[in-house]
Amino acid sequence: MGLSKLNNLYREVILDHADHPHNKGALAESTNAITLNNPTCGDEIDLQVKVGDDGLIDEIGYTGHGCTISQASASMMTEAVKGKHPSEALKMAKTFSDMAIGKEHSKEDLEELGDAQVLTSIMEFPARIKCATLAWWALQRALLKDTNEEDTDDQG
Amino acid sequence: MVKSINQIRDDFPILSQRVNDERLVYLDNAATTQRPTSVLNQVLSFYQTDNANVHRGVHTLAERATSDYEAAREKVRKFIHATDTAEVIFTKGCTDSLNLVAATYGEQNVSAGDEIVISIMEHHSNLIPWQQLAKKKGATLKYIGLTPDGQLDMADAANKITDRTKIVALTHASNVMGTVTPLKEVAKLAHQHGAVLVGDGAQAVPHMQVNMQELDVDFYAFSGHKMLAPTGIGVLYGKRELLDRMPPYQYGGEMIGTVTEQDSTWAPLPYKFEAGTQNIAGAIGLGAAIDYLNTIGIKQVATREQELVKLVLPELLAIDGLTVYGPQEPERHTGVISFNLGNLHPHDLATALDMEGVAVRAGHHCAQPLMNYLGLEATARASFYFYNTNEDAKRLVDALKEAKEFFRIGTI
Repeated sequence: MGLSKLNNLYREVILDHADHPHNKGALAESTNAITLNNPTCGDEIDLQVKVGDDGLIDEIGYTGHGCTISQASASMMTEAVKGKHPSEALKMAKTFSDMAIGKEHSKEDLEELGDAQVLTSIMEFPARIKCATLAWWALQRALLKDTNEEDTDDQG
Repeated sequence: MVKSINQIRDDFPILSQRVNDERLVYLDNAATTQRPTSVLNQVLSFYQTDNANVHRGVHTLAERATSDYEAAREKVRKFIHATDTAEVIFTKGCTDSLNLVAATYGEQNVSAGDEIVISIMEHHSNLIPWQQLAKKKGATLKYIGLTPDGQLDMADAANKITDRTKIVALTHASNVMGTVTPLKEVAKLAHQHGAVLVGDGAQAVPHMQVNMQELDVDFYAFSGHKMLAPTGIGVLYGKRELLDRMPPYQYGGEMIGTVTEQDSTWAPLPYKFEAGTQNIAGAIGLGAAIDYLNTIGIKQVATREQELVKLVLPELLAIDGLTVYGPQEPERHTGVISFNLGNLHPHDLATALDMEGVAVRAGHHCAQPLMNYLGLEATARASFYFYNTNEDAKRLVDALKEAKEFFRIGTI
């Protein structure tokens, strides 16, 4: 039956994150923020990150709308990177993007992603890869801006 | 129909394949249709026997290619009941045709303070060219709204079209709502105020009889690929006296009269608007597509689609939690049906249907202002053509029911 294949994509953990998203809501203050959308489908994410004095991601929050996959992915992403150093988070974003297009990764790198690693199954649904990667792209873009600012500071 | 549904299906080999282990149910015809073997063969045979550039050579192949190309133009003329082939311009597609009118007629005739009137259900292709023209010229872009069931609000049209209006651009059939607009009445209204009417026929010409004389529109655009022809070919119909007064759209080969160092004159219609080597094979393919539609009969095409809608629409409406946008009565609905299932995002729904072999579109359908107007982010859309079977309609309904169960919609 056709829909049994859907179980590979819409696993319980994904449906759970979509129904009960973690870290959803805007932050009162943030150090890095970005709005990204996917013009082909209208999915949108408004991501805010607060890097604390300790240099770690203290808080992360998002608002936006989109399909089950994009919403679950955003929830899982925020959960996975909270408390991490931005450089670690960027490495995870790279792992995720690579994973989504089928590149091989070490077991350790994948485990780092936490719940988000279940989205490996997105490879079987090429039309939906962008849905899953939107949140991670947003993270990457938001954090890279921060990295650039640090570079400037260093030079000063 | 002269042909049985099985004979028709045999003409479209692509439809007999399996997708995700299920027989393909192709319901994305508003995006693009499939091509029958006769169209594909005609294109192949052109390249194999007659290929040459048109209107340029004196050799035999050039003569044959020209004659094939012009025969296609005549088929289009007849199909839409234009008076003269001078009024039938080949373009890249409907979008190109509409941009042509905005960039030439619009550029020439719209000034600051003028109005351009369109409807809120326009496809971006019949919206952005006018929006950008209005911005550039300091003109006002006004939108005709809809009645609660998704029809064009004629009372609002009468309000919005004024003596300041220079152009009214309106879809003939909505690619989202599944409605047909009273193009003839709106053209009349536009003319009473001295404006021209530009019709977007992308979703109309493939599905119903359209008659330029009866509609009395000034310009009318459509695409080949939505009516069995290859991609990259489209048509702009324009009234001769208007086309004659318009400047060219693009400059280059084919469209010239004489060229001197400092000035040029233009070729007669329709060549004035056909710069550069045209999509000759595409035009020939469009001619073959019209031949095919004529063997079925465009009235029979419309009848068949209405049968399918009568079958499927009540079934869709009976699914608890499913919302159909636009009219709810089959007789007021084209083969384009937009819907949502509960709060499920249409992309999730489209993936589920795809797993059942059912191809539908999900998204904003290049009509973002309409989505905002309706308070929606996106919808799923099933669009039928005459080659769809009753079984296809049933498969859509069954797949939706499966998806509803899978995503546990309405069970809480």
